[in-house]
Amino acid sequence: MTEFLLSVEGLEAWYDESHILHGMNFTVGKGEIVTLLGRNGAGKTTTMRSIMGLVRKRTGSIRFGSVETIGLSANQIARAGIAFCPEERGIFSSLTVKENLMLPPVVAEGGMGVDRVYELFPILQARGASQGTKLSGGEQQMLAIARILRTGAHLLLLDEPTEGLAPVIVEQIGQIIQKLKEEGFTILLVEQNFRFAEAVGDRHYVVEHGEVIDSFERREVEANREKITGYLGV
Amino acid sequence: MAFFDIPLPVFMGQLLIGLINGAFYAVLSLGLALIFGLLNIVNFAHGALYMVGAFVAFLLLDILGIGYWPSLVLAPIIVGLFGIVIERLLLRPLADLDHLYGLLLTFGLALLLEGAFRHFYGVSGERYAIPDSLQGGFNLGFMFLPTYRAWVIAASLIVCIATWLLIEKTRLGATMRAAVENADLVRAFGVNVPLLVTITYGFGVALAAFAGVLAAPIYSVNPLMGSNIIIVVFAIVVIGGLGSIKGAIVSGFLLGVCEGLTRVFWPEASNIVIFVVMAIVLIVRPAGLFGKAA
Repeated sequence: MTEFLLSVEGLEAWYDESHILHGMNFTVGKGEIVTLLGRNGAGKTTTMRSIMGLVRKRTGSIRFGSVETIGLSANQIARAGIAFCPEERGIFSSLTVKENLMLPPVVAEGGMGVDRVYELFPILQARGASQGTKLSGGEQQMLAIARILRTGAHLLLLDEPTEGLAPVIVEQIGQIIQKLKEEGFTILLVEQNFRFAEAVGDRHYVVEHGEVIDSFERREVEANREKITGYLGV
Repeated sequence: MAFFDIPLPVFMGQLLIGLINGAFYAVLSLGLALIFGLLNIVNFAHGALYMVGAFVAFLLLDILGIGYWPSLVLAPIIVGLFGIVIERLLLRPLADLDHLYGLLLTFGLALLLEGAFRHFYGVSGERYAIPDSLQGGFNLGFMFLPTYRAWVIAASLIVCIATWLLIEKTRLGATMRAAVENADLVRAFGVNVPLLVTITYGFGVALAAFAGVLAAPIYSVNPLMGSNIIIVVFAIVVIGGLGSIKGAIVSGFLLGVCEGLTRVFWPEASNIVIFVVMAIVLIVRPAGLFGKAA
C-alpha cells in the first residue's frame, strides 16, 4: 500500500446536539484521488469540515502525514498543508476576483505561482478586477480551486466541485483535476455525480449515516456498478 | 452678504460646527462599523472609550506632563491596548453566544467606565488647552476659522481616508472583508481570524480614543462626553448601513453638516434631525444608505 497522507479513524462529529458522523474510517494515499460518495445528508460534507477543523465537536483520529489534527484549530490545520474548496464555492462578494485568488496565505513552499495559475485558468486573469461573485458558476468554481493551488498545500479537499454546472464545465473541471494529480496533488473529493467521480477517482468510499459502509478501487467499479448505483439511489 | 436671509458668517459658522461634529461622528461611527463587521457586536462601550481617550490625554498632561502631540499617538495606543484586553478577557468567551450578550456586556462596561471617572473627577469637566502650535485662526473674510477646528476636520478626514484605504486596498483589508463575510472559510485558509478580531477591536477602540483626544480641547474633558455623543453616532451607523465603512464615514460628515444647517434654519429641530433622517432611511432603505440588503 502507498504511504497514507491522510488517515481518518473512528471520526465522530456533532452539530450542536445532532450526532452526524458515527465513526468514519478511511485513508488517502499520497498522490491519490479518493472520493466520498453517498446520498444527500450522509455526512460527506461534515467529514470534510471535520478534517478542516470547522466542526467544533469531533472525536477520533485524523492524521495528516505524521501530525494528529483532531485537536487543532482550522487555521492550524490549514497551515499544516490541507486546503479546502467548500461546497457552494465560497467566493467572497466583497472581494475582486484577484483579491479572492490572493486571499489564502501561502502555507508551504512549492505552491503554484500566479503565472501558472493564470495559465490553467486564463479567465481569472481577464476578469481580475471584477467582483468575485460576478463570475459565472463555472468560473467561480475555477476560482475556488485556483486560489488553493497557490498555497503550497498538498492535500486538497474538494466538496462537490461539479454541483450545478453545465456538462461542458464539468468536463473541464475533470481535466483540471487530472492535471493536478499529474502535478502531485493529493485530492479528497466529495461527489454526488458518480459518473464524474468514477472518471477521476482512484478509490471510492461509500458513506451512509455517518459511516463508511463500502469501498471500491477503480478496477472494481465496473463489476460492482449495480451495487454502487444502489447505494447512491441513482 | 446673506444666504436665505441668514447672515453669511452665521451660516458658515454653523456649517463649520456641523463639520466638526461630523468629524467626530465619522471617526466614531467608523470604529463602530469596523467592530460590528467583524465581531457582530454593537459596541456600546464606544462612547465611554472615546471619553477615556480624552481622559488619558488629560492625565498624561496632568501627571506626566506629556503634551498634546505625543498624547494624540499615545492615548489611542493605551486605550487600544485596553480594548484588546477587553476583547480577550470578556468578549471572546461570549463570541459563540447570542449577540445580545456582547451588547449587554459593552453596555455594562460603558456604565462602569463612566461611573469610575465620575467618581474621581465629577461631572464639571476638566479643561484641556489647545496646543500652542494650533492656537489662533484664519480670517477668511466672511468668518474666523480657528486653527484647531480646521485641524480637527483635517485630521479626521485623514484618519478616515487612511482607514478606508487600509480596508479597501490592502491585502490585510481584503482578509478582513472576507472574514466579515465568512470567518470560518478564512480560518480554513490558515488565517488566524481570532487574532484578526482582537486587532480589529483594538483598532476600533483606538479610533474612538483618537476622537477623544481631538475633542478634548474643544469640549471639556468630561465623564459624560461619551454618552452625549454615542446615541447620535449609533443613529449615524444605522443611516450609513450597519458595518459599512464608507457609509460610516460619509454619513458621519453628512449628518454633522445636516445638523449644523438645521440649527441655522430651524434651531429647535437640530437635536432631532438626525433621528428623523434615520427614521426616513429605515423606511426607504432599511439596510442603510450604503448597506447591502441582507
